[in-house]
Amino acid sequence: MSVTDPGRTAAGATPAGVITGPPGRPVPPPIPRAAGARPPRRGLLAGLRRSRKATAGAALLLLFVALALLAPVLSPGDPSLIGSGGAAEPPSAGHLLGTTAKGQDVLGLTLWGARSSLFVGFTVGAAATLLGVVVGMSGAYFGRFVDGFLSLLTNVFLLLPGLPLLVILAAFLPPGTGTVIVVLIITGWAGSARVIRSQALSIRGKDYVAAAVVTGERAPWIMFREILPNMASVVMTTFLGCVIFGIGAQAGLEFLGLGDVSVVSWGTNLYWAGNDGALMTGAWWVFVPSGVCIALVAFALAMVNYAIDEITNPRLRTTGRGLSRRGKEG
Amino acid sequence: MRFILRNLGFYLIAFWASITLNFMLPRFMPGDPVSRMFAQSQDQMRPEQVEELRRLFGLDDRPLWRQYLSYVHDVCTGQLGVSISRFPTPVSEVIGAQIGWTLLLGGTALVLAAVLGNLLGIVAAWRRGGLVDSVLPPLLIFVGSFPYFWLAMGALYLFGLTLGWFPLRHAYDVGFTPEWSWAFVSNAGSHLVLPALTIVVVSVGGWMLGMRNTMIATTAEDYITMAEAKGLRPMRIMFRYAARNALLPSVTNLGMALGFIVGGALLTEVVFAYPGVGYQLLSAVQGLDYPLMQGIFLTITASVLFANFVVDLVYVRLDPRVRVG
Repeated sequence: MSVTDPGRTAAGATPAGVITGPPGRPVPPPIPRAAGARPPRRGLLAGLRRSRKATAGAALLLLFVALALLAPVLSPGDPSLIGSGGAAEPPSAGHLLGTTAKGQDVLGLTLWGARSSLFVGFTVGAAATLLGVVVGMSGAYFGRFVDGFLSLLTNVFLLLPGLPLLVILAAFLPPGTGTVIVVLIITGWAGSARVIRSQALSIRGKDYVAAAVVTGERAPWIMFREILPNMASVVMTTFLGCVIFGIGAQAGLEFLGLGDVSVVSWGTNLYWAGNDGALMTGAWWVFVPSGVCIALVAFALAMVNYAIDEITNPRLRTTGRGLSRRGKEG
Repeated sequence: MRFILRNLGFYLIAFWASITLNFMLPRFMPGDPVSRMFAQSQDQMRPEQVEELRRLFGLDDRPLWRQYLSYVHDVCTGQLGVSISRFPTPVSEVIGAQIGWTLLLGGTALVLAAVLGNLLGIVAAWRRGGLVDSVLPPLLIFVGSFPYFWLAMGALYLFGLTLGWFPLRHAYDVGFTPEWSWAFVSNAGSHLVLPALTIVVVSVGGWMLGMRNTMIATTAEDYITMAEAKGLRPMRIMFRYAARNALLPSVTNLGMALGFIVGGALLTEVVFAYPGVGYQLLSAVQGLDYPLMQGIFLTITASVLFANFVVDLVYVRLDPRVRVG
């Protein structure tokens, strides 16, 4: 099994024809590949670069990462310090997003909040995906008893109601960012394990995997070097989905006061907004920015996911075969 | 029949797992939950009740497996202990008084979101690239990206506080008592609008996209072409041929969504101070009322598992293929 990618040339030869064919024309069937060849991974990246949804989403995401990294430059000093401005001032030139009831600058809180929220989101996303990959791949590869047990475990975790479980776990464990991350990984991995298992199961049956098994390759090598690279798009959508889950669930937990309320994050900003009665006093500028930031990041990730779906599943493309015709009639 | 029995076994295992989790959690917790609760209850507890709690949490001197067996026995016979924050009331009574409101809120929101989302999905897939298909999905994904509770806060601020169209909190106004009178039902209904609406707005996008994608796969099937060739009316093809078959995954989602709605309703209930089990769960956490917390968690788990089992039964009726597979 060579590391070079034969799919690269196949996808590079007809990039425009495959992705952006004229409307109504049948999408050319994929070029059949010899057993052992890898599907065009380059094709996914190239497709993402061409997709407007994906580039817009990635740009928005990068903007937030940059803002989070630059928070100490853009808004120096501890944002949670009380009384840097007047209490509950609406947005003005001095405080672009106004101040909280405690006189903290909302813009500073939002910028600094991005650091904790993005960090927890991406950590949870990476760890939950990794756990899902290990569990899902092992089940699909070893089959039989191992698969039966791991599938049962996955399905049980999938069925246990997530948020109540989060609340219970967070209530019993000592509060802190570490707890939030652990709790979110425990409740978040099952979905990715199920998706990855079903995808790995279909690749497990391919000839080149059987060939590798006969050659006597070790199981981890086959799982992670033969099967995993061929599921790049599934792993990527799973990861992005887990990040969305992580950011949203962290905000929910912290809003309930179950995180570390002394850490500045978008969730704790909303917790304090609720606690200080920002709603009842009409101080909308206190709770709007953090919520909008969570939504924008989740939206950006969802856009990239949507684009991956469209690229890997030709039937979802808007210029589908025969369906544009029906659309005009109906 | 084998399919049903196998599923029943699975749900029993899942329920056993959640009971075991409940049993183990207090042991992982640093410190002693009973001492914490005792401090919290402000000396209302008598020594024998403290002992009873210790027994419930398995903190007595018996060997672990015997504590475990008696815990499982207690749970299966509905003995969830006594609530600390509402002291002499048993946990099961506290939950019984509140689960109705959660079911009302979650059920209303779920039915509205599922019906609306599936209809929109059918239309979007049928008129591929049309107005509904091109405008709604990105918009709904964006709206769905907002945290539940944040939209609830926004709705509360805008429609409750600023415009004053709807009441701000609780399930009905002070001075009413729950009864089947027009005055009470309409009052409870007006309290239901905002919480239910925010859940519908967030979840409708998922239903729509799911339905759209399966519907697109279905419309590519040969029997649709066949139906068209027969010259059937488009409406008939759309609903009787395509949508009917595309609806199957939505049935499964409905089962999953029952758990999702209870979980999602938790935050909404907190924002609107809606007296359901989610709101109660948070107060139990804040009041260190561990028996109530665990009781609520088990109740929610049991109802989710039961709902999924019922959906499985329905699914066997709808799709004979699973009986074979």
